Amino acid sequence: MRAVAVVLVALATLTACGGSGRSGGSGAEDVTLDVLAASSLTESFEALAEDFEADNPGVTVRLSLGSSSALAQQVTEGAPADVLATADLPSMELAGDDVAAATEFATNELVLVTPSDDPGGISSLDDLADAQFVTCVDSAPCGALADQLLEDAGVTAEPVSREADVKAVLAKVTSGEVDAGFVYVTDAVAAGDEVRRVEVPGAADLPARYAVATVTEAREPELAEAWVDLVLGEDGQQALADAGFGPPVDGSP
Amino acid sequence: MTPPATVDRPALGRPPALLVVPAVVAVVLLVLPLVGLVSRSPWTRLPELLGDPDVRSALVLSLGVATTTAVLCVLLGLPLAWLLARVEVPGKGVLRALVTVPLVLPPVVAGVALLASLGRNGLLGAPLRETFGVTIPFTTTAVVLAHTFVALPFFVLSAEGALRAAGREYDAVAATLGAGRWRAFRTVTLPLVLPGVLAGTLLAWARSLGEFGATITFAGNYPGISQTMPLLVFEKLQREPEAAYATSLVLLAVSVLVLGLLRERWLGALR
Repeated sequence: MRAVAVVLVALATLTACGGSGRSGGSGAEDVTLDVLAASSLTESFEALAEDFEADNPGVTVRLSLGSSSALAQQVTEGAPADVLATADLPSMELAGDDVAAATEFATNELVLVTPSDDPGGISSLDDLADAQFVTCVDSAPCGALADQLLEDAGVTAEPVSREADVKAVLAKVTSGEVDAGFVYVTDAVAAGDEVRRVEVPGAADLPARYAVATVTEAREPELAEAWVDLVLGEDGQQALADAGFGPPVDGSP
Repeated sequence: MTPPATVDRPALGRPPALLVVPAVVAVVLLVLPLVGLVSRSPWTRLPELLGDPDVRSALVLSLGVATTTAVLCVLLGLPLAWLLARVEVPGKGVLRALVTVPLVLPPVVAGVALLASLGRNGLLGAPLRETFGVTIPFTTTAVVLAHTFVALPFFVLSAEGALRAAGREYDAVAATLGAGRWRAFRTVTLPLVLPGVLAGTLLAWARSLGEFGATITFAGNYPGISQTMPLLVFEKLQREPEAAYATSLVLLAVSVLVLGLLRERWLGALR
């Protein structure tokens, strides 16, 4: 029956989704672990993903990087996800019952960066008044912290744009489109010589607190646990420290 | 416009499942998302959500930018369409191909191209800044520029189509009666192509209202300056999904309205 075949093909097309629907996580078969992480974790999690794949043959770690609140929203919307790592605690709370208990695993602080040639002549927050600068959207932790720091310093300057996540802010700075941008210390480390740092007074007292949790509906619950263990373990903490992250607020995870 | 209705005569047999089934799947695929949006929208809280200052400023900005874009498209696009339709310029085929490119360009790429040309370090942007201290990105001007860049080809194509359909004979007749080219254009050609021009204007307006990629890439995202409705939807979805649904609903209503206007009045002119 050709009609039946057509129906099957149409249904298959409609219901096709990426990733493997199988569960198991024995490591002996090809499985994908979906890790949703704040974009500031890009470099450190990419390094950890390589370690993880080496330790678990047949496992592919798929990193989805973006703004913490956007990722939490995706989890509640049922996006394929095994692990969620956010740059703040409120975003983790946003995911509610869709994630298991979260653990804090690192901290980060905000810093002001300019292009390496400093076109705007920025040496303090006060210089932002007549410069073009960008921050994250205020729903993202990097944006909320930047707003708070500016308010505490009594600076009323407004950004020219609010970018979707911290990597978008960094890109606007490194491309020289703006005079300055608020990013995390870790992003400044990753950007190396491309940016110039301007310390922000009070940034150390307003750390971004990172949390990680397994997703309740994880397709690979065991591998998700293993990933969390890796992040909280010695190797993970070392990789994070190398990237410029600080230890969690309450000391060791 | 529409072909006469054909009756399924028994001689033709039943419509084959091979065609009917994919057609039904296509209908579901196209209609289901709209049903989903309408059903999940917070109807009772709609007035309150749409009264949100961010939503209001995005709505005002979007409507203002879309209207400015449409006007710019007429002012710049109509002469270009006329040139393409009525004047023999060398390399016209190449010119037409070039001005149509933004129609098929991915919007984000359009944004990158605008940055490369008009950004602070862009081809024209850098001298502009050094000479006049003018920076274009992250302003409402940048939003209008981005939207005009993506919407202009829509307008030009539909206006040119109308100009071709109107034919040159009238121009020739007007000329024999002593009208110059400008007068013939104003008093003869323009009234003839008005429906096509209106349809093109509406298309450009609608294209501007839905623009996302080029806007966020070239003009950034700031309430009241560059945060148009689609950008607001994208941002609100992360924190206040209900506000995103309410805003999406407004955009859907506007889209349906545009479609209605096009079908009722001007769709025939596009053919």
